[in-house]
Amino acid sequence: MADKVLVKGNEALGEAAIAAGCRFFFGYPITPQTELSEYMAKRMPKIGGTFLQAESEIAAINMVLGAASAGARAMTSSSSPGISLKGEGISYIAGSDLPAVIVNIQRGGPGLGGIQPSQSDYFQATKGGGHGDYHLIVLAPNSVQEIVSLTFDAFDLADLYRMPVMILGDGMLGQMMEPVVFPEHSERVLPEKTWATNTTKGLRKKNIINSLYIKPDVLEKINFERYARYAEVEKKEARFEGYLLEDAELVITAYGATSRISRNAVNALREKGIKAGLLRPITLWPFPKEAYQAAAKTAKAFLTVEMSMGQMIEDVRLAIDCARPVHFCGRTGGMIPTPGEIEAKAEEIARAF
Amino acid sequence: MAGRMLLAGFGGQGILFAGKLFTYAGMLEGKNVTNIPEYGPEMRGGTCNCSVIIDEEPIGSPLVLEPDILIAMNLPSLDRFEKTAAPGAKIFVDSTLIGRKVLRDDVEAFYIPATGLASDAGIPKLANVIIVGKVIRETGICSMEIMDKVLEKVVPPTRAHLIAPNKKALEIGYEFA
Amino acid sequence: MSIVFERPKALSDVLMHYCPGCTHGIAHRLVAEVLDELGVCDNTVGVAPVGCAVFAYNYFECDMIEAAHGRAPAVATGVKRVLPNAVVFTYQGDGDLAAIGTAETVHAATRGENITVIFINNTNYGMTGGQMAPTTLPGQVTTTTPYGRDPKLIGYPIRVCELLSTLTGTAYAERVALNNVKNVRNAKKAIKKAFEYQLAGKGFSIVEILSTCPTNWGMSPVEATKWLEENMIPYYPLGVYKDIGGDK
Repeated sequence: MADKVLVKGNEALGEAAIAAGCRFFFGYPITPQTELSEYMAKRMPKIGGTFLQAESEIAAINMVLGAASAGARAMTSSSSPGISLKGEGISYIAGSDLPAVIVNIQRGGPGLGGIQPSQSDYFQATKGGGHGDYHLIVLAPNSVQEIVSLTFDAFDLADLYRMPVMILGDGMLGQMMEPVVFPEHSERVLPEKTWATNTTKGLRKKNIINSLYIKPDVLEKINFERYARYAEVEKKEARFEGYLLEDAELVITAYGATSRISRNAVNALREKGIKAGLLRPITLWPFPKEAYQAAAKTAKAFLTVEMSMGQMIEDVRLAIDCARPVHFCGRTGGMIPTPGEIEAKAEEIARAF
Repeated sequence: MAGRMLLAGFGGQGILFAGKLFTYAGMLEGKNVTNIPEYGPEMRGGTCNCSVIIDEEPIGSPLVLEPDILIAMNLPSLDRFEKTAAPGAKIFVDSTLIGRKVLRDDVEAFYIPATGLASDAGIPKLANVIIVGKVIRETGICSMEIMDKVLEKVVPPTRAHLIAPNKKALEIGYEFA
Repeated sequence: MSIVFERPKALSDVLMHYCPGCTHGIAHRLVAEVLDELGVCDNTVGVAPVGCAVFAYNYFECDMIEAAHGRAPAVATGVKRVLPNAVVFTYQGDGDLAAIGTAETVHAATRGENITVIFINNTNYGMTGGQMAPTTLPGQVTTTTPYGRDPKLIGYPIRVCELLSTLTGTAYAERVALNNVKNVRNAKKAIKKAFEYQLAGKGFSIVEILSTCPTNWGMSPVEATKWLEENMIPYYPLGVYKDIGGDK
């Protein structure tokens, strides 16, 4: 096993991508993810990879589309406003059934917003962001070690299901240093990329990468097929972590950075005799609905904690079909909720039990 | 022992480096650690701070809002963070640069003229490391012995000549009474 | 009996969707002939635009990608970086290349991206029914300039070859036209040279092809050709705008 090293989230992500076989990174500077681009600029030339600073976020995502078309593991990263620009390309990547990894180190919005941590791109990540019927697999790490493991998974899942995968982080995770171990290559068996436009070499018929289907019945059929694949993803790939859920009457639920803060709150609440637990979705799409349904069996109420005005809360309500009240505790604009704020809200809810 | 530490000062004083020393020490002693700097426009020449947590237990939030250990290397930092320290906290003040005393009486204050000591010892850039030595002495957050290994990790091989002055700085801080 | 004329192997045996009299068909054929003559079709990836040539992926026998509007040079960049030894070309119209994709075009050129761009300039957005393009001439009537393009209101056309020739990364830029046999032969020579420059690793090459759009111009093919000669060529002079020759 490799040594533990102390690494920043942004850099761990870059190193993990390289370890996962990504050799093509197309970036554009934006706080708070610039360090990832800088890291790739430093590392890629040393390992025979390509780092290219594009003229825009739009160009960067389309370079990813081109590199993915040619069969390579390719990646781009940005922060919220830049991800909006990438929306077009992400839709095309999804519509062309291409694997690609997109990183969003979220900052406060809307508009130019701010540069402090935020989770207000949840809707954009899980419900679309670009146009059309499609999904991204959305992975939400909450530690630097998990950034590493989920980056490996991101490339594998993208290849396995031929779809774009987003790693949804925030400024806090990107900036945080924690000890990590970089694992060896992944063990997954992945399908060969027979569809890639990497030149026919006279050995096969030409391949076409395309998202245009001018006949509506054909487009519908393609979309049906894609959604059958999405159904498989929903069945197989939903992931979560539970903490003290077995007897939890109050299920606090949060992803990424807020899940760590919530864990502090859960510990404090337990000390006060309140049966609190934490349900942390690791995949935001597919959303781990069954875990919520299971938690609802002991839960009297749910409390979602987000750095937004309340976005994931809608999926929580849908997952349990509104069978329990779902409360909200959040800060926005780059403000980070404190464990104290979460505790206060939780105690207020628990008093009604 | 576990510790929730906040280190603060001007950019250029080596706040992040000092934070890294503690973080590595905790990691090498087999504990859970987190380290997160405050980022933003402050990064560019202004004040600078970072949160370090060292804990036997898994760490939740990496942000230190109520430090058990506060290191203040300039006045704005002491002004901003003194009031946030947990009751019983240990506050370390670079008394070369900060003229005032700690005002709270529910905390323990340590004054060390780190910038002056560093200058006198001919290692003017290592006031931060002198304070690290003092913090180790007064809190036992990590052992002095582990610092040899820490410096090996933190100081790149191309700058190996800096290890000796860093050790000297740690000693000065540790011995300062 | 010997065969004296046949479909180039790089051109697919399918019915094209282009309007009667449109010169896209000729341009496609010239590109395909060049791919055949250079023997590179097996080693080529083409990138189609959004616009009239959107279905170009059905017409060439090499691997093809259909890009988003204006993004073909960025997509081609991604491909070329993965497959530096492959031949990579884009085929784009004026709206795609010089309006929505201006940044992608200019930056692919300035990076000296080793790709070839085939640029069809027919002074309007053909696919959507003849709206003003960045290359629409002053005074020219389109569906969005019903009183003629007024430079005071909407500015002047972009001369793409001239613009790109100022960039160090551009290795070769030539403007040709498909209005008569001589010019068609010149066009093919230019296209071939552009691909040869790519094969030699010289950098970004572009061939701007002045083309007719009889349907949207509301003319017969013969009238359209005449209009091209009388209006387009004077505004967009034919010729080589950049040629680094043997230099790299």
